[in-house]
Amino acid sequence: MKTALNRRKVVEFLLGDRKGLLVVAGLGSTAWDVTAAGDSPLNFPMWGAMGNAAMFGLGLALAQPKRRVLVLTGDGEMLMGMGSLATIGVQKPRNLVVVVIDNERYGETGMQRTHTAAGVDLSGVAKACGFRAARQVRNRSQLSSLRTAVHAAPGPFFAQVKVIAEKIPLVLPPRDGGLLKARFRKALLGEGADLD
Amino acid sequence: MKDWPEAIYKTLKGAGVRQVGYVPDAGHKRLIELCIADREMRAVVLSTEEEGIGLTAGAWLGGVRGALLMQSSGVGNCINHLGTVRECRFPLLMLITMRGQKGEFNPWQVPMGQATPAVLEAMGVVVHEANSAEEIAPTVDAAARLAFGSYQAVAVLISQAVIGIKSFQDQASR
Repeated sequence: MKTALNRRKVVEFLLGDRKGLLVVAGLGSTAWDVTAAGDSPLNFPMWGAMGNAAMFGLGLALAQPKRRVLVLTGDGEMLMGMGSLATIGVQKPRNLVVVVIDNERYGETGMQRTHTAAGVDLSGVAKACGFRAARQVRNRSQLSSLRTAVHAAPGPFFAQVKVIAEKIPLVLPPRDGGLLKARFRKALLGEGADLD
Repeated sequence: MKDWPEAIYKTLKGAGVRQVGYVPDAGHKRLIELCIADREMRAVVLSTEEEGIGLTAGAWLGGVRGALLMQSSGVGNCINHLGTVRECRFPLLMLITMRGQKGEFNPWQVPMGQATPAVLEAMGVVVHEANSAEEIAPTVDAAARLAFGSYQAVAVLISQAVIGIKSFQDQASR
């Protein structure tokens, strides 16, 4: 795999000046990446439910059609929920973006190779599933255009970003699932979120 | 009471449900059609049942109530994701048509069907059983109140006796 991209720098660049962007982060390294870029109540970092991050994003995007929703997840997590790309392709939400940070490894379990290391092309799968656009990114020169697409391209939009396989420091979000849910709803829906 | 699916549909409407995830199922066929035809509802066809757990949890993060329709065989697919529902206290309303019960004609349906209540309860899901057509809608209504009012995961098990599919030929003709 040829890439010089550092995952933390990519995620920080994509989330910089994020405005009202709603972010769902798949378990493991992408949850740490999103947190390293700045913890926010409008992040929903997952600690479990492997394979379901994109579906959290779909439910949220359909519920909030006027808000932009970004799912940031890893290649291992996305491989486990590949059927959800087909489900998203059927619904075609214009406000949903899925970005896979692809280091071709299971980072939390000892850096074992994933299917993408053997050439499985997740952006090709997304395209075939009916995403409006899907691309692979592996150069710094492609990041500016990727950022524009993440924030403004008609969805569903998909990107597979090839990054260096490296162990980097943990930056952990809160672990309490009830807290993560409640703070997200309060920030998005207001103080009255649970008064109806 | 023949049109219990319509009674469920009206109950879901009354409960404010606006997203319905489903895996196609003969027992839920009519209810699915009613949800698809409703312009205020978003019916989302899933490739596997556990996707629906993420869908409805995401909807709740966005302030929208959801429900999941599936057959008992799909419950096993959801198990790990029910752990996330419990940890985060997401409300969850599952309407499950039962197989593997009275008069089952497919032996491969029996193990999961028989284990369904125990599996759900092991993962912290409250189980309501509806054994006659008349009790389905009131049971769904109570389940919706428990789910959305008290932030619980609740499953309504609709008995195979109500659905009444007797053979592969019968199933295919519906």
